[in-house]
Amino acid sequence: MTAEGSYDVIVIGAGPAGVAAAIAAAGRGASVLILDEGQAPGGQIYRNAGRASGRLLRILGKDYAKGATLADALRACGAEYRTGSTVWNVERDGRVDFLADGASHVAHGRKIVVATGAIERPFPVDGWDLPGVLTVGAAQTLLKASSMVARGSVLVGSGPLLWLLADQYRRAGHPPLAIVDTTPAGRLRSLLHALPRFLVSPYASKGVGLLWRVKRSVPVHSGVGSVRIAAEQGGFTVSFRRDAAERTIRADHVFVHQGVVPNINLPNALGCELAWNEDQACWDVAADEWGHTSLSNVWIAGDGASVGGAEAAAARGTLAGLSCLHALGMIDADARDAAAAAPRRILQRYRSGRIMLDRLYRPGGHLVAGAPSAIACRCEDITVQTVRTACAELQPAGLNQMKVLLRCGMGPCQGRFCGSTVAAIIAQCKGVQAGDIAPYRHRFPVKPVTVADLATLDHSNADRQAVARD
Amino acid sequence: MFERLEESGAEIAFTFDGRPCTGRAGDSVAAALIANGVKVFRTTPVGGAERSAFCMIGACFDCLVVIDGRASRQACLIPLQEGMAVERQIGRRDPAR
Repeated sequence: MTAEGSYDVIVIGAGPAGVAAAIAAAGRGASVLILDEGQAPGGQIYRNAGRASGRLLRILGKDYAKGATLADALRACGAEYRTGSTVWNVERDGRVDFLADGASHVAHGRKIVVATGAIERPFPVDGWDLPGVLTVGAAQTLLKASSMVARGSVLVGSGPLLWLLADQYRRAGHPPLAIVDTTPAGRLRSLLHALPRFLVSPYASKGVGLLWRVKRSVPVHSGVGSVRIAAEQGGFTVSFRRDAAERTIRADHVFVHQGVVPNINLPNALGCELAWNEDQACWDVAADEWGHTSLSNVWIAGDGASVGGAEAAAARGTLAGLSCLHALGMIDADARDAAAAAPRRILQRYRSGRIMLDRLYRPGGHLVAGAPSAIACRCEDITVQTVRTACAELQPAGLNQMKVLLRCGMGPCQGRFCGSTVAAIIAQCKGVQAGDIAPYRHRFPVKPVTVADLATLDHSNADRQAVARD
Repeated sequence: MFERLEESGAEIAFTFDGRPCTGRAGDSVAAALIANGVKVFRTTPVGGAERSAFCMIGACFDCLVVIDGRASRQACLIPLQEGMAVERQIGRRDPAR
């Protein structure tokens, strides 16, 4: 083990929320360690923004370009920043275990800020497991980090990110062949009451322009109820049902998306209370207006707490950093509140338009529960039908019992890509709401660790005596 | 097939199942494999189904490959390095070998 030491604050994750928390705390004198699984600050949203060429910045757009200065700001604040660091254990007393450079490390934080971001919501359609089918987020990662674009793509699903990628591909000269839009028909009409607040939010001008540009240059099949992806002659076919008619289109690449949800594995394993978000149909981490969780030493910020986008994430990161400082006795309440005014205004602006986006793109229940022949658990090759049958015949109490019965959620992804599917199926079977089914009981390690990795830890005399023979 | 909008970053030579490949500085192993037209990264331990990179952010574990003899490495998280020997991961593997 290398010498790690103790910090006032350890921030886990270096997306907009984590970086803002680190800057708020370190910039006011706290010792801060920020641990990043990636190779440069920015998280997924601003991935590689500091190194992207002018052309790539133009393709990816103004919002992405905002991330270009993140690395400089983080460097200037004095926080210790570690890349390639995978956190696999956090304890309530502030111990943080992580893997970096092929070895195990331990650090201690008096306060912990979890900023582990979001993942794309599982979208169990037939063929989503075929090699070559990627998520929309994955396609965007390839564009940001490696300037890679695919010719002949079809985008399947729903949500703002899907439209954003279509626009970026259009600007890159490779507009998708088609968008197969699963947003339930008639949603917009039912949301007219939320329109005035949306129109004055920053989302309105961005979103309307985006939709207009994409719809002008990409064929959009909207109101699609069910989709099947199949491999054919080195490419794919995408078949879908719309207005009682079946259609099939060919694609060289298929990118799927069904919105993003908080990646709750780490805070859930730590014991933070969760809260069901009905508008977004997912579990959030319960926290107060400062991001303080149900645990005294743990804060959470950004999309890992509740999905609200990059600007809101940065504002919530600042609030969490300030609140940590106050809890450490390093600033008084007046100083905290004064510094919190600006991020609170930003948060308010973005929140005002959010309800419209959330409800518009909330996935239809049948899409979350999946098609019968689709894979539900990618790690263990378990189909939706297998889960349905187990549900009907064995009537498990919930997700954890289903895990015992079928091994769903036991593989390396630890339920990240089957939890919402299996929960939706159990809820349907029991005739209850998805939010009535508790998520998997996650446990550390939240990322796989080998015994060889652990063996690189330094051993104290007490450790040696604990296993020594007389 | 994916194509690159710009050939920025130094060339990096590596192999996939012994075949010589080239990637670019800044690529993850997964991005470099995709750029080289690799379709199948692994087969699943349970059913032998073919899989490739899916989420590209380290969450889904579908991109597991063998790198320099070490199995179950997340190709999407690991930066490509000169001379890496990458192999398709077939079924269940002992992570130590």
